[in-house]
Amino acid sequence: MSKENLTDKSGINTEDMILNMGPQHPSTHGVLRLKIHTDGEVVSKIEPIIGYLHRCFEKHSENLPYEQVVPFTDRCDYLSSMHMSHGYSIAVEKLLDIELPERVEYIRVIVSELQRIASHAFFIGVFGLDVGAITPFTWVFRDRERIVDLFETLTGARLLYNYVWPGGVSHDLPDKFVSRTLEFLDYFEPQLIEIDELLTTNKIFIERTADIGVLDKDVAINYGVTGPSLRASGIEFDLRKNEPYSVYDKLDFDVPVGKGEMGTVGDCWDRYIVRFLEIKESIKILRQCFKLIPKGDVHAALPKKVRPRKGSVYSRFESSRGELGYYIISDGKNVPTRVKMRSPAFSNLSALAQVSEGWMISDVITILGSLDIVLGEIDR
Amino acid sequence: MPEKTLIDSIKSIDDSIAYDDETKIFSIGEVDKWFEIATEIKNLNFDYLMCITSIDLENDQLALAYNLHSTETKKSIEFNLVFPKDAQIPSIESLWKTADWHEREAYDMMGIKFVNHPDMKRILLPHDWEGHPLRKNYVVADYYHGMYIPKDKTEWE
Repeated sequence: MSKENLTDKSGINTEDMILNMGPQHPSTHGVLRLKIHTDGEVVSKIEPIIGYLHRCFEKHSENLPYEQVVPFTDRCDYLSSMHMSHGYSIAVEKLLDIELPERVEYIRVIVSELQRIASHAFFIGVFGLDVGAITPFTWVFRDRERIVDLFETLTGARLLYNYVWPGGVSHDLPDKFVSRTLEFLDYFEPQLIEIDELLTTNKIFIERTADIGVLDKDVAINYGVTGPSLRASGIEFDLRKNEPYSVYDKLDFDVPVGKGEMGTVGDCWDRYIVRFLEIKESIKILRQCFKLIPKGDVHAALPKKVRPRKGSVYSRFESSRGELGYYIISDGKNVPTRVKMRSPAFSNLSALAQVSEGWMISDVITILGSLDIVLGEIDR
Repeated sequence: MPEKTLIDSIKSIDDSIAYDDETKIFSIGEVDKWFEIATEIKNLNFDYLMCITSIDLENDQLALAYNLHSTETKKSIEFNLVFPKDAQIPSIESLWKTADWHEREAYDMMGIKFVNHPDMKRILLPHDWEGHPLRKNYVVADYYHGMYIPKDKTEWE
């Protein structure tokens, strides 16, 4: 049903009802509370209430040495821990002014892209679940499990890795990691076709997502929406291309953008397909990395003591949810004076109120799912 | 990294804007003019506000760092505001909606007061929380709603 039909009130004014959704609600993807003002079944105003998972990340980091902050960053976005510690390490390295061995950069890109596949696969599963498709959820979880297993062989942990450190990585890739990952990629690529057939062109899925929750590109930028959600609105904004870090400038990959194939540019379907296509790009990056990775010592640039110069830095990183920024102020000690995390989902969620206005309550779930939020990172 | 023409055009907005060549950061002396300056900056195609960081400088002064980016020219700039603890800062929520939640966070965590913000209240902490945790002189309260807040955590490990 189009948005215009929903808002037609035929001149009769009725009282708004306030509906409370959450904090314990499966489709809020964590502990998010939504205060929804409704007119019948149509949302007239929406107010996200956050903070249920606040763990004082920024205060903690002011009392810890730089290297001990890394495990805390992992716990912020628990679905892409590698990105969190990678982004933080880049920020600290900018203050330290150190050059990394090329092998370290390639290893970081490998784990980051594997993490991106895992995170986007997770998104496809739960987004399908949000709109009522249960099969894709079980299928992508079976495949994501293999990535988690790969990380387990690499770091010993399944979700929170503490692998990327300022100045390097904690240890080199273990034996057979490369062959196992290649084996996984060979297995996973045909699986993608199956998921594609299940969801992308599924009539019910298109009905639920196409033309729903259109995020205009000007609105998106004004709200600071980044990552796949912004790219779905038709803007080619990817920090891996715009401000390449690590070795992304040596790698060949495309940035998928929303084209509005099933409806309007920037609708929920576009936000789904952008992430789906990004998985394919990540696989492409991984295959190149395994060809290009040089030999070397991963601990060569690891500083004995992390004591950055005086000053401040704002460092940007493309996490699976968008622009992950770290603003770090150092006064020359081994403890940071201030660490601010600009979490991508925090800004993405703030656009929810604007996007979901005028849609039905069931569509709010779809829109929220398509924004792919992680509450751990929003509340920090 | 801003180039010379951009620096000059930003400096010409107002006399109180200074630019540090070493840190590549703009600073503004008079915080009351911030909204007018910000409006002009937005007209220079800086359409994307990346981040607002609140900082406690400890000598009774607070600071705010605004990181801006232009999606058209791909340039990034940073503005710093330094002001005394009880100063009122003009909100830029009407220019960049990102500022809405980021300013609420700065108020919640650092106790910076913004004027002309439509919905200024705490965002991450409960509405009845006392104090602003990211201040350097913040002391954790003994009790919250009758619950004891443990401070010695050595036996937790």
